[in-house]
Amino acid sequence: MLIAKVESAMRLAAVDMNAARQGLRLGMALADARAMIPMLAVHDADGHADTRLLGHIADWCERYSPLVALDGNDGLLLDVTGVAHLFGNNNTVIPGEHERESVRAREGDPGVGENRDGAEVPHALSSPARMRHPLGPLPLALLTQRSAGDDSVSLQQQQLHHEASMLQHVCRAFSAQGFAAQGAIARTAAAASALARFAPGTIVAPGNDAKAVAPLPVAALAVDPLIQHGLRRAGLKTIGSVAARGRGELAARFGRGFVDLLDRTLGRAANPISPRNPMPDCMVERRFAEPITTDDMIAEILFALAASLGEILETRGTGARMLAASFFRVDGKMRRIEIETAQPTRDAAMVARLFHERLAALADPLDSGFGFDVIRLSAVRTGPLHSHATSFDSNENERQEIDFLIDRLAARFGRTRILRFHPQDTHIPEAATVALPAQYSITAKTSWKRARVSGEAPRRPLRLFAKPESARVIAEVPDGPPARFRWRRVWHQVTRAEGPERIAMEWWRTDQGQPTRDYFRVEDEKGRRFWLYRDGIYNRETIDPQWFVHGVFA
Amino acid sequence: MATIMGARLGKIERLRAFLPLSEGEHRLAPLGHAPADAALGGGIACGALHEVFAGEPGHEAAATGFALALALRVAQGKSLFWIRQDFAALEAGDISATGLLELGADPARVLLFRAAHVEDALRAAGEGLASRGLGALVLETYGESKLLDLSLSRRLTLAAARHSVTAIHLRTHATPSNSAAETRWIVRARASPFNEENWGTPVFDASLARNRHGATGQWVMEWNADDGAFRETAHLKPVAAAAFDRPAATAMGAKRRCG
Repeated sequence: MLIAKVESAMRLAAVDMNAARQGLRLGMALADARAMIPMLAVHDADGHADTRLLGHIADWCERYSPLVALDGNDGLLLDVTGVAHLFGNNNTVIPGEHERESVRAREGDPGVGENRDGAEVPHALSSPARMRHPLGPLPLALLTQRSAGDDSVSLQQQQLHHEASMLQHVCRAFSAQGFAAQGAIARTAAAASALARFAPGTIVAPGNDAKAVAPLPVAALAVDPLIQHGLRRAGLKTIGSVAARGRGELAARFGRGFVDLLDRTLGRAANPISPRNPMPDCMVERRFAEPITTDDMIAEILFALAASLGEILETRGTGARMLAASFFRVDGKMRRIEIETAQPTRDAAMVARLFHERLAALADPLDSGFGFDVIRLSAVRTGPLHSHATSFDSNENERQEIDFLIDRLAARFGRTRILRFHPQDTHIPEAATVALPAQYSITAKTSWKRARVSGEAPRRPLRLFAKPESARVIAEVPDGPPARFRWRRVWHQVTRAEGPERIAMEWWRTDQGQPTRDYFRVEDEKGRRFWLYRDGIYNRETIDPQWFVHGVFA
Repeated sequence: MATIMGARLGKIERLRAFLPLSEGEHRLAPLGHAPADAALGGGIACGALHEVFAGEPGHEAAATGFALALALRVAQGKSLFWIRQDFAALEAGDISATGLLELGADPARVLLFRAAHVEDALRAAGEGLASRGLGALVLETYGESKLLDLSLSRRLTLAAARHSVTAIHLRTHATPSNSAAETRWIVRARASPFNEENWGTPVFDASLARNRHGATGQWVMEWNADDGAFRETAHLKPVAAAAFDRPAATAMGAKRRCG
């Protein structure tokens, strides 16, 4: 029994099956519930933990389909287009089939999903989800995007059969993990979501969405309670009766958004889902009867996966720019690790090397636990890459070597550590150039050349302080060059000075006017050359100008 | 025919003299400064480890400029990989792309690695030295560390030789210790020549404190950013040195140029 504070009253936020049998309802005040059953055991609801748990479950569901989305805050939505046929035939390898054995071994474990003491339960997915939803099981909406008339009747029959066994299989896998789940398969997300909650087990044949959702109560439409109330008051009890009304009428009464939702639920409008992870361009995976645990095996498998992914990419003429490896642990935990490359690649050795670097550098190392039973490698982002023979052009080879170096360093230390310089169109010294992650930067033909005047001594320092450092300066006249200055507790005697080079701040970018800077190049008695500036024009912008050391020349 | 061949051979010879780095295992990159090149036996060795120390605190920028100049001599237009510790940037200022440009480097061919600490810097250096695409690598570390010992310098030397990438280890706020480096330079800033109108060209007081295959020495070396080579300063000791022996009043009246 979970409680939460709603409008300054303690109310029941979730009730389990037992409690429901005794007449407790969702939203009941705790005092009323206590009056009915004095021995009531209650716990505080923890929304964050619920969200986290749902996230873990969603990760786990990625073994069925890469497109998993959260459906509200208490359900999951899977796009299983083209997946179901894997479950239809007993001879084919059923994804996740073998995992049932490992799970079954733990079924006797009293910690799994039996009571609310989730903290003591050893696996990630052990908090009892069946308590979370007022109706009990976790609604699991599956959709397959397959339009009517694609196939012959017999093929459709077969397809429905496959889908039924898939749904059954997924629900069984859930219950093996200690969760109760109920699902439905429909053609659109909204329909699947409504059916999963109010008519679990339904499998909708292509083109029958409207018929399937028609008998559902209006509560199945995920709309505002006010609208639901309005619908009921208008005598519209089921979705079918709502759908029978004119569109104009409904839009006038409940708004355009409601009509859109209705159309999506009836399967009349497109209803894309927003998956948690982007749809990969292509992916390969390997499932193991015997879970693997050692790093060597993982490295070997990543190499093999990268090789087969490379073959697929080659037929398409593309290479991967971003790759993600998903490691599914037997106890339900999933870990996703991503690498990026500066140039599209399908070189398996290189990809394996980059994953090696990434795995070695993880702050939170990959924990194989009881082992991984599925490892998947997906090319999340790809770019065109045409195969060519090894180039004799040494520049091209050099470029490839350097790109690989950048990728290795980025995989190991993070992409913000390895940088390349780019000029900016401004004369503010600290903003004149910017160092950007080398993986993303395009080595365009930028106008570096123009900045240097040949034959002149350097006008800009080699080392520039990110934050100009305050200095105390003694000058002969307030607007003249410095004669002596004290910086970092050392006095420097100025033997030469050149300036000022006046640099005005960009008034069109900042709100309050920043003072103009007068830069001086100075040399001290030891030959060290500094770049100082006076902040503000004397007597016009300030009468007590501050001085700063901005850089040091070589 | 013979004359054509002769002319071609002559041209090849000239090109060879012009591009002394193009062949051989133990390539030497001449610095352009005759006495220093003589001591080094022709130039600075490529595919080896060289150390550059700042002569004293406050001369980090001079040492940086010198390390960059060495790197540019050996890289010969190839890419430069600059590894620096975050702390060095805080303490002595970050490497500025405009500053690189002013010294004759092409910022588009410079890769910068920001290392959180010495370990990361060394690991990145290991990766860099394994990459044939680089012309030179500058490893900038700040202060002393147990990791920067003799065996590290051996490892860097071997790695540098394997793929003939030259490593230049720039050390600031550190004192020289035993190492396997090919050369060690101790660099200080040097005042610009006294009567120079265009003052401020990078002039170094460079001391070659260690040279595994030759003599040591100390020279005033000026970096010519336009030619990308060192040269001897025209005015060596002279008047410029006297400037800081004078009383302050005279120094204050020293030559200034406004505008």
